[in-house]
Amino acid sequence: MSWMERYLLAITGRRFAPRPLRLLEAIWCYTSYPDARIWNNRVSALAGTTRSTGNLGLSAALALSEADIYGLGPCVRAIEFLIRTRVELAGGGELAACLRRERSQGRTLGGYGRPLCAADERIAPTVDLARSLGLAGGPHLALAYAVEALLIAERPALRMNYGALIAALAADLGLTSHEHHLFLIPLFLAGMAPCYLEAAAHPAGAFLPLPCHGVAYRGAPRRTWGPA
Amino acid sequence: MSEEVQHLQSRIWQEEPEADNPFACRAAYCHGYDVYGEMLGRAGWAEMVYLLFRGEAPTRTQAAVLELLAVALASAGPRDAAVHAAMCGGVGGSPAAAALIAALAVGAGSLGGAREVRLAMEGWQACGRDLAAWRRRWTEPSAEPIGIFPPAEHPAGFDPHGVSTATPVRQVLAHLAALTPDSRGAWLELHRAELEGAAGHPLSLVGVAAAALTDLGFSPVQGEMLFLLLRLPGAAAHALEQAEYGHKKFPFYRLELEDGPTEKVR
Amino acid sequence: MSPELLRENVGRIRSRMGACFLGSHAVFRGHDLHAELGDLEWTALYLLGITGRRFTDAQVRLLEALWCYTSYPDARIWNNRVAALAGTTRSSGNLGVSAALALSEAAIYGRGIDVRAIDFFIRTRAHLAGGGALGPWVRDELERCRSLAGYGRPVAQGDERIQPILALARSLGLSDGPHLALAFEVERCLAEARLRLHINYGAVAAAIGADQGLSPREYYLFTFPTFLAGMVPCYVEAAERPEGTLMPLPCAAVAYRGAPRRSWKGREVV
Repeated sequence: MSWMERYLLAITGRRFAPRPLRLLEAIWCYTSYPDARIWNNRVSALAGTTRSTGNLGLSAALALSEADIYGLGPCVRAIEFLIRTRVELAGGGELAACLRRERSQGRTLGGYGRPLCAADERIAPTVDLARSLGLAGGPHLALAYAVEALLIAERPALRMNYGALIAALAADLGLTSHEHHLFLIPLFLAGMAPCYLEAAAHPAGAFLPLPCHGVAYRGAPRRTWGPA
Repeated sequence: MSEEVQHLQSRIWQEEPEADNPFACRAAYCHGYDVYGEMLGRAGWAEMVYLLFRGEAPTRTQAAVLELLAVALASAGPRDAAVHAAMCGGVGGSPAAAALIAALAVGAGSLGGAREVRLAMEGWQACGRDLAAWRRRWTEPSAEPIGIFPPAEHPAGFDPHGVSTATPVRQVLAHLAALTPDSRGAWLELHRAELEGAAGHPLSLVGVAAAALTDLGFSPVQGEMLFLLLRLPGAAAHALEQAEYGHKKFPFYRLELEDGPTEKVR
Repeated sequence: MSPELLRENVGRIRSRMGACFLGSHAVFRGHDLHAELGDLEWTALYLLGITGRRFTDAQVRLLEALWCYTSYPDARIWNNRVAALAGTTRSSGNLGVSAALALSEAAIYGRGIDVRAIDFFIRTRAHLAGGGALGPWVRDELERCRSLAGYGRPVAQGDERIQPILALARSLGLSDGPHLALAFEVERCLAEARLRLHINYGAVAAAIGADQGLSPREYYLFTFPTFLAGMVPCYVEAAERPEGTLMPLPCAAVAYRGAPRRSWKGREVV
């Protein structure tokens, strides 16, 4: 049994066949970017530059990866929405109404739009792989595209991002939102270790140092500390 | 409840249960002192922390020194690597705990972090107020065995990127020396120039903290743990601030790729 | 080191590891991640990230098995316990597992042992290659470090993970490396000295890592996810049970060994 298969068994209690395993593994690989500017990776690099341990740096970077604007936060919101909505549509609901209700209830739709750039270079290779494995025909993926079509009609920047894509693929493979959440824990890990290593190989403190004048102060003017 | 209860050993904390619930605490005693019945309203934060770690109530002077240290260390400012890590958590909307985990992880190292505090305190244990011993410690090769931390690269307690002793360092040292004229801190102030000459770098706040923590009777591992705690308030505050500013106002920086295609491979 | 060094690095990152070109592509260790590395298994990618090198399928399979064979979903084990406690307090699985991983570089298990074990084997081979004798070397190490990483076990004697990993290594043709042989030679030395320090999985795994060409730092980073697959079920199970019900302790379960009761009000303050 491969490690991925074991990891999924640990989460779900179920065994997965080789093709789904391949796809799920690629989901991790295709977003493991060893770019130390990205906020979670940056933490592992900062741990390298302060000569902390690699284990601490990677653990902390993983902890951070459950963010609101990237990572596990939007991914989990995406799969919850897709699973919920598919059930509703199967019961006769209408997609546009579902989307309007999400917005009216103040829920941010995960998986559409991207904090730093609208286009998502991970989509094409992942969809290509899914197609080659015969795993691109599921109902959640179709729904994810249908949602995109509706969203971009109003706001072109809200194209499907990797979060929605992998949520749809995971749901089509039978993962619940809770299982998907746990599956995603190591999502970015392969990109984190190089960030730690590189900063650790450079002089200590040399990763993104900032001089005093690098901080733009916007607070209260100077004043004296005295009794209240 | 199951028949067999495996006991947890503690010299620090003892609780009496409520009459109606063996899991609910009616009274808690910290090293023998009634926390909620007597200490509350009479003991300050520094006194409680000192008691927890050292097992005895501090003297007024000891409490004052710990309080001074807590204020001095409370925030390393937004340029500090550990605070930077916490801010990375803030801007992305990571959970609060994740931001603090990040601050702890990055702040655990030997550059300005808890590891360096521990190493500096071990230096005090080995060298005390013997200048020659300090000189030898810094010139002889380290016998540090391989472990989870990378080997130390500069004398612990000194700033490898510094030019001269930073003003806050001198200010904290002066306060310590005034509070405790016979302390290691006072000795450090007196011999700062010589020590800096031998170390090759100016004294850092870590070095001052290590002296003060040793004076307070903390062991190096206690000092390491306490330093991690004391640094958290600033990390937390800055993480929350950056969360409000949002990721678009948080610098993303320029990356110069030195290996690999800058254009997509077709 | 000086402020000049810091000044050079303000606002910029220079990297040989990689970068993302949003909307276009991403680079991983000099390669287009999607176009050139898209067929790599995750473990192979993880290894490439750490080492900059590719490994054979057999090597990847064996190294990955090092994780698999010790992923025990036993919530009593201290790091797993953290994941389970996060479940019982209704914290997030990600936080619980991250914290459990942070704990896993302990002095008596996990990464703390791994890095010392592989370093010991590599140094020992160099010592033997230089004409040194094993017995005295092992005794010196024991005397200096008071323990030998990878020998003995904190909770039990005997190690049920060893035979399966050796069987796999043999089946993959990867059991004949010099570090693995050395690991068992060391055990023989310890037995001859009548020391009851049997080889444990940590030593075998470290030796396998060294035989695949990993340096101590590379092996240390490689072993980061070792216990992960065993941690998640601990979180899941505790999260499924009523909150707070994992290892609850009544007041009476704390055996207090500290100072007797005394008054805060009555103390003399100097």
